[in-house]
Amino acid sequence: MSVPYLLSRIAVMALVTYLIRMLPFVLVRRKIENQFVRSFLYYIPYTVLAAMVLPDMLFATSCIWSAVVGLAVAAVLALLGKKLITVALCACASVYIAELILGLFS
Amino acid sequence: MKRGLRDGIPIFLGYLSVSFSFGIAAVSKALPVWSVILTSLTNLTSAGQLAGVSLIAVFAGIGELALTQLIINIRYALMSLSLSQHVDASMTTGHRLLCAFFMTDEIFALCRAQEKPVSNRYMYGVGLISAFGWGLGTTLGALAGGILPETVRIALNPALYAMFIAIVLPQAKKERAVFWVAGLSAGLHCVVRLAPGIRALSPGFALILCAVAAACVGAWLFPKKEV
Repeated sequence: MSVPYLLSRIAVMALVTYLIRMLPFVLVRRKIENQFVRSFLYYIPYTVLAAMVLPDMLFATSCIWSAVVGLAVAAVLALLGKKLITVALCACASVYIAELILGLFS
Repeated sequence: MKRGLRDGIPIFLGYLSVSFSFGIAAVSKALPVWSVILTSLTNLTSAGQLAGVSLIAVFAGIGELALTQLIINIRYALMSLSLSQHVDASMTTGHRLLCAFFMTDEIFALCRAQEKPVSNRYMYGVGLISAFGWGLGTTLGALAGGILPETVRIALNPALYAMFIAIVLPQAKKERAVFWVAGLSAGLHCVVRLAPGIRALSPGFALILCAVAAACVGAWLFPKKEV
């Protein structure tokens, strides 16, 4: 793989990705009035995030049970209104511990 | 800016582990280390980059490469559109040109979930620490496959997902509509990804399809008076 080949391909990827992100952000300046569109844009982050968590989170660790432990810990702490960083670190720690314990039985 | 940097720490941790895996995967496709790092620094997107280096490795056409990026990353256009409705007056055209680079799933979600419209400084804070994590993780992964023990690397994987949960669930508790809409989206996605037959759909496309469908149902059944 030559340097010009790699540079040109990386540039194309970067350009396409940047344009997709930049154009709507720069061009849409006024408030959208349509209630359906406004509601849609309000719900979109929650639907995207929810779909990113499930089912992918279940397969992100070495077995589904440690993932379920992490999911449960994160869910409980989130419902208690803990900070993002607290929820994230506790979920990671719980998965680490769960994997250690599960490792004892395998 | 400081608040953005602090709020971005979970994204930093999550990106560190995801990009670490990306670094390992990309180098294993015989791409030189510098090109893998450059890809991460200029693209800042997980699924797109992974698909991209796979195509580069097999000398695919430039048009195919561009089209693949367009399909996988088109969801960012939707996010940019959504966030354009939730920024304050400090977000001038110049700042929008720069901030748009940081429009990833995670950064968008964090900014959109802020109670008040976000300023350019907040988005720079979140964006810079996240991009730093992405670049650092890629570099570490590309340079040496085994820097972190496998057990630690795996335990870092849920960081991003946990953060998503921490964004969605408190709002779902407060607002019944968000609960149903987010639940519908996750349920649809499980069916589309796991049901035999339709599993062949590309992951990026399946995600956006489910998210858009659920948000449409939400906008139809639970229109928001004030957003």
